[in-house]
Amino acid sequence: MLKQCEGSRAVAEAVALCRPEVVCAYPISPQTHIVEALGEMVKAGTLSPCEFINVESEFAAMSVAIGASAAGARSYTATASQGLLFMAEAVFNASGLGLPIVMTVANRAIGAPINIWNDHSDALAMRDAGWIQLFAENNQEALDLHIQAFRLGEELSLPVMVCMDGFILTHAYERVDMPTQEQVDAYLPKYEPRQVLDPAEPVSIGAMVGPEAFMEVRYLAHAKQMEALKLIPAYAAEFCSIFGRDSGGLTHTYRCEDAETIVVAMGSVLGTIKDVVDEMRAQGHKIGALGITLFRPFPLEGVRAGLAGAKRVVVIEKSMAVGLGGILSTNVRMALSGLHMHGYTVIAGLGGRAITKKSLTELFLKAEKDTLEHVTFLDLDWAMVNKQLEREKAHRRCGPVAENLLRDIGVVAARNY
Amino acid sequence: MSYQPIKFYQTGTFTVGNRLLPPEQRSVQAQVKRYNSINSGHRACQGCGEALGARYAIDAAMEATNGRVICANATGCLEVFSTPYPETSWQVPWLHSLFGNTAAVATGIAAALKVKMHKGERRHIRVVAQGGDGGTTDIGFGCLSGMFERNDDVLYICYDNNGYMNTGVQRSSATPPAARTTTTPAAGPEPGNPFGQGKFVPAIAMAHEIPYVATATVADLRDLEAKVRRAMEFHGARYLHILVPCPLGWGTQPNETIKMARLAKETGLFPVFEAEYGEQKSALAIRHPLPVEEYLKPQKRFAHLFAPKLRTEAIARLQALADRNIRKYKLLEGM
Repeated sequence: MLKQCEGSRAVAEAVALCRPEVVCAYPISPQTHIVEALGEMVKAGTLSPCEFINVESEFAAMSVAIGASAAGARSYTATASQGLLFMAEAVFNASGLGLPIVMTVANRAIGAPINIWNDHSDALAMRDAGWIQLFAENNQEALDLHIQAFRLGEELSLPVMVCMDGFILTHAYERVDMPTQEQVDAYLPKYEPRQVLDPAEPVSIGAMVGPEAFMEVRYLAHAKQMEALKLIPAYAAEFCSIFGRDSGGLTHTYRCEDAETIVVAMGSVLGTIKDVVDEMRAQGHKIGALGITLFRPFPLEGVRAGLAGAKRVVVIEKSMAVGLGGILSTNVRMALSGLHMHGYTVIAGLGGRAITKKSLTELFLKAEKDTLEHVTFLDLDWAMVNKQLEREKAHRRCGPVAENLLRDIGVVAARNY
Repeated sequence: MSYQPIKFYQTGTFTVGNRLLPPEQRSVQAQVKRYNSINSGHRACQGCGEALGARYAIDAAMEATNGRVICANATGCLEVFSTPYPETSWQVPWLHSLFGNTAAVATGIAAALKVKMHKGERRHIRVVAQGGDGGTTDIGFGCLSGMFERNDDVLYICYDNNGYMNTGVQRSSATPPAARTTTTPAAGPEPGNPFGQGKFVPAIAMAHEIPYVATATVADLRDLEAKVRRAMEFHGARYLHILVPCPLGWGTQPNETIKMARLAKETGLFPVFEAEYGEQKSALAIRHPLPVEEYLKPQKRFAHLFAPKLRTEAIARLQALADRNIRKYKLLEGM
């Protein structure tokens, strides 16, 4: 059924169609609307039977989900940014225990300075936590990926994170095709835990493991993740046959045929990138885009195959590895090893900075001439940065960076240095 | 359910001789068919109070619920000594997640069971969460308070051995003043753990006005079992704080564990009482009041109070704490 609704509402309704039995909620922007909507459904009785637990922290949210999942309940929570980092210990634990929890991450920057707007720093900080990580390009995909996430997680007994850009998707009203309960029921079987806490058949879960087996346990976690690379395309195909649309998968290419320059990205920025590709194609530029839906496990072969014909690859990423450069591009470069092509890392849109078609067009034109730096910060205000660097050279105690920069652009008044 | 014949049981001045009682009045531990929830062969130290406390408490919970218990466990001695992979001592369904989240994990289990029961997929099952004092009074305190505030249907048991014994005897917020630990060494002009405001979680639990709060020691088996039984009569959040001496951390002999627990109670340093909905309902009376020295002197962690010089002021302050407990919890009257 076609429906005009907010991204968060679409996700909440998709999650409800998956019949979760325990939903934990802790508020953090821009995730709040999702759990609010689920709370409303549980309270009104339209999502039943389901326990909606208001917890005291994100750490508790993931912990409740761990307990509920181990006791055999389909469990869901959502978070973002600092919340995801606060629950980090439990995030690793959930995958170590092999519990198929589904969690939405409404991607948001990480402080300090505190910033509630979108980038991917939060989810990518959890890249080695052992979760399957899916990134949605638009609200329809966000909705669809949640339904696939429960199926996938429960088949592999692994937790799945569905990442969607905070505000850009969560708070955007878009038309979505909302599946029926019958469709979801046909796609998603009942949760059958691999091992369940049951007095009739007592098991101990979460035992201490020493050096004699820990390596093997970790290897098996890796092997299990790699299975997802086969399962995800199969489940996406099955999804297509039931729901009638292509959604999910590992990666997807856009106008990559004969492309000399291919732009790689994750999430909602792909929409803007595709527009730019269309415009540049119309002017005869051989450019295409590769969207990455599955970030963990990283589809090395898929990415390599998708990029194989290109001369250069530009990775646009909304996160950065401080002291190295890009996170996504590091992964992409691993896929490209031995292919001898130019690779460019572009850090863009941090903390909600707009990524404009104009900037992207200029960037791609430069890339085509191979005049880009290997790491570029898109639309970085160098005057602001240099002023602060000089200040720090001149004054050992020049005060907090964020406040200095804000004062320079006249947002706040502060002491003079 | 497997069981093993009882190998020994305690005797002594204050214990109730089980043999002298009619079978229906004997303690859970005295029954041949006790649940043996945490069975022998685990790797606890000799004389471990926590191993005793856990066995007593979980067996009693099992008996009170006809064996329908799921346990969540915090990281700590209990988890480490009972589940060295690939072995386990637990004869109950048992889950260890992390150090600081046991109360929340138990909440999740309880929530899942509620839904499953509603769907008719599971029978009625009760949830017991357990952790040491580090996992309860410090790192897990936020989750514990959240569980209390929501009144989740969980019995949380804290096995209090007064410190982080699993990591080599460091101070926790349950370590008593003046006690020596590796992070509060017996050095300087005021050796040992500083005197402070104290953090007595049973009182904080009472402030949440949850259905049931009780304290117990491993010295009073029948009292401990009765409290577990009573706790299982309630639904909602319940808290049981059990003093479990640690021979390693306290510097006592393995055969002194029960004696130490009893002295903590008899001196008033550890008040044994129960409360319902935030109000104290009873206290286990001190039978033979003793000065705190009787409790302090045998323990190496308090040795610096007696040698090389007698620290009368510190001892007096500890006596004042005991006296305040006696007044506050009416330990002489027994309520």
